[in-house]
Amino acid sequence: MLFAVLSIFLGAALAPLVVRFAGRASGWILGLLPLGVFAYFVQQVPAVSHGEPLRQSMAWLPSFEVPLSFYLDGLSLLFALLVTGIGTLIVVYAGGYLAHHELLGRFYVQLLSFMGAMLGLVLADNIFVFFIFFELTSLTSYLLIGFYHTEEGARAAARKALVVTGGGGLALLGGLVLLSQVTGTLEMSEMLSMGAAVQSHPYYLAIFVLVCAGAFTKSAQFPFHFWLPAAMAGPTPVSAYLHSATMVKAGVFLLARMSPVLGGTAVWTGTLGIVGGFTMVMSAWLALRYTDLKQILAYTTVMVLGLLTMLLGVGGEEAITAMVTFTVVHALYKGGLFMVAGNIDHETGTRDVLELGGLRSAMPWTMAGAVATGLSMAGIPPLMGFIGKEATYEAALHAPTGALLLLAAGVLANVALVGAGLVVGLKPFIGERTGAFTREPHEAPASMWLGPCVLGALGLAFGVYPALIDHTVLQAAQTGILQTSHELHLALWHGVNPALMASLVTFALGFTVYATWETIQASAPMRGLGVAFGDGPGRTFERGLYGLARFSQGITQLFQNGRFRWYLFAIFTSIIVFVGGGLLFEAQLVWPALEGSVAYYEAALAGLIVLSALVAVRTQGRFVAILALSIAGYSIALIYMLFGAPDLAMTQFAIETLTLILLVIVIVHLPGIGEEEPLGVRLRDGAVALGCGALVTVIMSIIVNRPLNMRVSEYLAENSYTEAQGHNIVNVILVDFRGVDTMGEITVLTIAALGVYVLMRMPRNRAHETPAETEPAASEDASAEDGS
Amino acid sequence: MIYSLIFRVAVRLLVPLLLLFSVFMMLRGHNLPGGGFVGGLVAASAFVLYALAAGVERAREVLRVEPQTLLGSGLAFAYGAGLLALAFGKPFLTGLWVHLHIPLLGDLHLGSSLLFDLGVMLVVVGTVLLMVFSVEDRLPGLVEE
Repeated sequence: MLFAVLSIFLGAALAPLVVRFAGRASGWILGLLPLGVFAYFVQQVPAVSHGEPLRQSMAWLPSFEVPLSFYLDGLSLLFALLVTGIGTLIVVYAGGYLAHHELLGRFYVQLLSFMGAMLGLVLADNIFVFFIFFELTSLTSYLLIGFYHTEEGARAAARKALVVTGGGGLALLGGLVLLSQVTGTLEMSEMLSMGAAVQSHPYYLAIFVLVCAGAFTKSAQFPFHFWLPAAMAGPTPVSAYLHSATMVKAGVFLLARMSPVLGGTAVWTGTLGIVGGFTMVMSAWLALRYTDLKQILAYTTVMVLGLLTMLLGVGGEEAITAMVTFTVVHALYKGGLFMVAGNIDHETGTRDVLELGGLRSAMPWTMAGAVATGLSMAGIPPLMGFIGKEATYEAALHAPTGALLLLAAGVLANVALVGAGLVVGLKPFIGERTGAFTREPHEAPASMWLGPCVLGALGLAFGVYPALIDHTVLQAAQTGILQTSHELHLALWHGVNPALMASLVTFALGFTVYATWETIQASAPMRGLGVAFGDGPGRTFERGLYGLARFSQGITQLFQNGRFRWYLFAIFTSIIVFVGGGLLFEAQLVWPALEGSVAYYEAALAGLIVLSALVAVRTQGRFVAILALSIAGYSIALIYMLFGAPDLAMTQFAIETLTLILLVIVIVHLPGIGEEEPLGVRLRDGAVALGCGALVTVIMSIIVNRPLNMRVSEYLAENSYTEAQGHNIVNVILVDFRGVDTMGEITVLTIAALGVYVLMRMPRNRAHETPAETEPAASEDASAEDGS
Repeated sequence: MIYSLIFRVAVRLLVPLLLLFSVFMMLRGHNLPGGGFVGGLVAASAFVLYALAAGVERAREVLRVEPQTLLGSGLAFAYGAGLLALAFGKPFLTGLWVHLHIPLLGDLHLGSSLLFDLGVMLVVVGTVLLMVFSVEDRLPGLVEE
């Protein structure tokens, strides 16, 4: 499994090379890679469906106890087959769709990276590995949605998707970490049997909410559904693959994976049932509001995701049967229909259903695929969609509570789905040509009709002969979710039962909807629905995002207004308030008792420092002020010298000298201090200065009163030669014991220097006062450096 | 530029001495007061003095490389010293030591921390000189003719 995932990533790395040499044929060549991985997973079907999950683990981050571990049970196998199988067709399809695009190589890098991430996600066992792949799919999806990066709309859509799914991913991380604390393991496969313990734990609700936040954002559940229709701004192969068949199902997969651990409680059933059910009905009807093929398909995708979520919420044998069946059904028809939409767009220049019609003779192969997949979406026998719909109704009827409500919601959503399926799969091909095409319609190349035809044929084959998969793949997936084995048997004909009645009602209403679609689409209630749930949430989100940016800009301008004096004021005042305030509460202040006598030269140095500080404050000339400050600095260096810190003293001397030179270079360009500041300003500055001085005095007195803890010093003194082979402890600390600190400091120093360099090269009007202000700040950095 | 004959003659003598002294400080740092940081400051002040005496343009010529290059290579040395330990299968930044006996010089202990200290020194020199040079470029004054 590890090699399966890695080989896809390797393929991503090599894709540009393949595109360069193979050109048009690269889709066919690159398609072999997922095909091979698909074949590998097909080989695993017998073993896994006999209830032998496969595990693989290798050391990855041993110091964090995170192994690269994979777990292949029925559930992951089902998704792995979908990811690689549909992935193969998409890779081939993209070769045709983007044949003339100059960035085809880059596209394949992103697409294959996504495929590897998605495959890793469904196979991951360790929660951190799972999380990393989860976020990788969000990132690659961001890149793929924004593939047409020159278009504003594509960029906005990509940002929307990233913020929503990435934010949900962070919540998910929190949930997974909590879960690992409760269960005491990082492996999902080991958590599966701990459901009872987790559900009775006080953290259960927090875990549930966080995991749901991750799943609902990823799988576009209301109220996060808006990013998915917007994501249609990406190229059609991306919509077909990520935003219908695979990535958006990651949230559903997560819920399915977690259902043995978190599922079955009232809050689980209630939340998933209501959110999923509402999303399903809302988006099914919303799909009828739009005329763009891809928008219709996007909303019906949201509908199916809602359905799957709802079924997971209901739980139980029938519901999970319906869930795994519908997962396959949907992947087959929706992947195919998106490709059909891409073909129509590609060959006629429009995706608007109102402008399409009569394409049957021009695009026969595309039509074959479209009809097979479209009818499957509409749930018409003998296609697999019919089985999926029947299974859904069965599940609703067997639900322990609210069976009739669920059935009503299911019928209501499926009526819209029948209409939408016919609108997308049938309407563009029948009737009269409208003549609104920008180019003469013709059949797409083989690489582009292969996908819909294969998927349509599979939908037909699985519908007529469900035994191909029901006992093996589907039953294994069901076992993976339920953790108990049930006989799973699918058939087209179940006899005359309530589910069949519901289906007949659905057809009757659905055909009516199709016949009157154009009236419904333009009607006032639909328009209201579109504003309230279709375009509205996305626009609100966008407004919120810009509001947030404006808010942070305001905060930044308040605190970073470019006036150096304000910065000093803010920094020092907050230190005085927070540190000083804390000390007031915590420490008992005692004036330190002096031990020993003060030598006359020590007193003289102290006097010199005080004197020079006074001069610096009172003088009218900048030059004198700087010299006075330097005298204070040199005196401090002398004190270091007297008390036995030669390294510190040397550094202080050197720093003082260089600071002096730098300041002098800058200072000659500044006017003199001149007139006095107003009294208020001077009082304020004086108060800040006095506060700082008082704070330092207090801190010093506290430090002096504490008994000196020599443990660290003794440790360093003992080990500096034995461990680091140096006699100078200060230097050994800098280059060895705390070398990482030094590394950080020289990096900061470099950044500060580059900052000065850039400031000095900025246009004058933007950096009017900065030269004088940057220098002291930057050299303070340097003097802070030697203090550590 | 400072038009003082005494200063200019003194700088001529001081600069080589200071540079030599800075290397000395850096090398002795491991066992006696000194180290890359102080060494770097001393070397930087040598170049700054030279700039004061002969102008920034001359100082740049004498330095031969851009200060940015010093910053980059300094960081590369420091991080390289850290990575070297990884290559030997030890944790990042572990000190590595080679003990050599060279006939005329006596025993020589070479450690990766010397490489690290050299990196610190280069970064310090680069920082100070980049600041001085770019300020001078912007505000030609005291140092320039």
